[in-house]
Amino acid sequence: MEDFLWRALIAGLGIALLAAPLGCFVVWQRMAYFGETVAHAGLLGLSLGIITNLPASAAIFLTSLLVAFGLKMVQRTTLLAKDTALGLIAHVVLATGLIVASQFQALQIDMMSLLFGDILAVTIEDLWLVLFGLIVVWGLIYLLWEDLLMISIDPEMAAAEGVPIGRVNLILAIAIALTVALAMKLVGLLLVTAMMIIPAAGAMNLSRTPEQMAVIAAGLSLFSVICGFFLSLYFDVPTGPLIVVMMAVLFILSTLRRAFR
Amino acid sequence: MLIAAEGISFERDGKTILDRLDFEISAGEIVTVIGPNGGGKTTLAKLCLGILAPSSGRIRRAQNLTIGYVPQRLSRDRSLPLTTERFLTLKQTASRQAVEQALEEVGAAHLIRSQLGTLSSGELQRVLLARAAMNQPKLLVLDEPVQGVDFVGEAALYELISAIRDRLSCAILLISHDLHIVMAQSNRVVCLNGHVCCEGVPSKISQHPEYARLFGSGLTSHIGVYAHKHNHEHSLCGDVHEGDCAAHHDYEATGDEEQKTDQPEGAR
Repeated sequence: MEDFLWRALIAGLGIALLAAPLGCFVVWQRMAYFGETVAHAGLLGLSLGIITNLPASAAIFLTSLLVAFGLKMVQRTTLLAKDTALGLIAHVVLATGLIVASQFQALQIDMMSLLFGDILAVTIEDLWLVLFGLIVVWGLIYLLWEDLLMISIDPEMAAAEGVPIGRVNLILAIAIALTVALAMKLVGLLLVTAMMIIPAAGAMNLSRTPEQMAVIAAGLSLFSVICGFFLSLYFDVPTGPLIVVMMAVLFILSTLRRAFR
Repeated sequence: MLIAAEGISFERDGKTILDRLDFEISAGEIVTVIGPNGGGKTTLAKLCLGILAPSSGRIRRAQNLTIGYVPQRLSRDRSLPLTTERFLTLKQTASRQAVEQALEEVGAAHLIRSQLGTLSSGELQRVLLARAAMNQPKLLVLDEPVQGVDFVGEAALYELISAIRDRLSCAILLISHDLHIVMAQSNRVVCLNGHVCCEGVPSKISQHPEYARLFGSGLTSHIGVYAHKHNHEHSLCGDVHEGDCAAHHDYEATGDEEQKTDQPEGAR
């Protein structure tokens, strides 16, 4: 197998391990649309990155942070519900990104790879970034696991028991932003949230405790990446989307298993 | 003194929910807070728990105060799989035996392997109570534990709460929507509608034959009757009017006299 294929496979497996446990919290806390919003900010991040000479992932991550803080501000100053606030931000950052990209013809942004990802273009630097993301995100989740669970079960009960809700939620938002920024290169901004929520949704059907759900989500995700990767080589179809379809197939199987248990 | 609130006000979206309220809970005391919907009962509980911060005034808490909180329900999404056993070991280290004991005490031992999502609201209340009691709290805060429970269930729940209090010798802050029927062991009943409307102790149900007949003779030792003594009334928009309001106040009842305004049909 060629080097670039190995890099692609390893990056895919790394993202799977990164996205699956976080995806559980995204599902539990109904944050799916937050991931979408961060992804929408990707174009703006990419454009600003090229203009300021920052690495693409770093620029996308920084714009994602802006989205997280922007959401907090919009929610504090207006009476908008979370989904409306996110919709507002998502489309403003997408429109701004399109304008910035159009004004700098030299940017040469490959729209196709931005929208649909290009897992086969993964570089060694990307792999180091994924490893960095894994250490940071897993470290945070390990330290905050019980606090995050309490908030997912009932935020007020968590607050009554002394969990610093605002801080913990902000850290979760940062971890999601980081994951989306890293995973965007693989599956593109249209499908990036799928890497988080579909394995978690499938794992939900098969678990009795939150810990089980996180582990099973990771397993489903790894399996989807391996299957999607080799099937895409064999049938010559885009890899990222096929990985997402594999995840969906596993989700359907898990739903059937739950129904006929 | 476990919690002392001095002159606390709470406003949300320009509406005053609590107005310059003084409120205290002492060690071992059972305080029942009742009042109409929107009167600020739950807000007061959340201020005591530190979930909300007062707009003005201050709340002092005893040092190292441990509080157990029993919310009305959990906001948890159905997608979060959680067994009773896992829930009871969350954020607290407890052996399997301790979990079994805690569930045994509330009569929910058989639910240990159940998913929280499959429990009835009464079962969930008991599980929440078991978890709150496991921390050996000095104060137990219960938000409308008897809502949607029939009178037999209400008496049983009060009996359970009072047994837990005797074991832990903790204080209890109990929020209830029922304006007349309260936990008989309450040391103090506070009627709250933006401010404290009246305060007193419940009387035994045996002194109220019409209620005693309604509930039957069993299980009534844990149910008490609270008689309001208001010297003002609230208009629909929340304004306070001084003076006697017996003719207007829909939950006015005085002393041991026969209740005229809202006596249940079956008791006449």
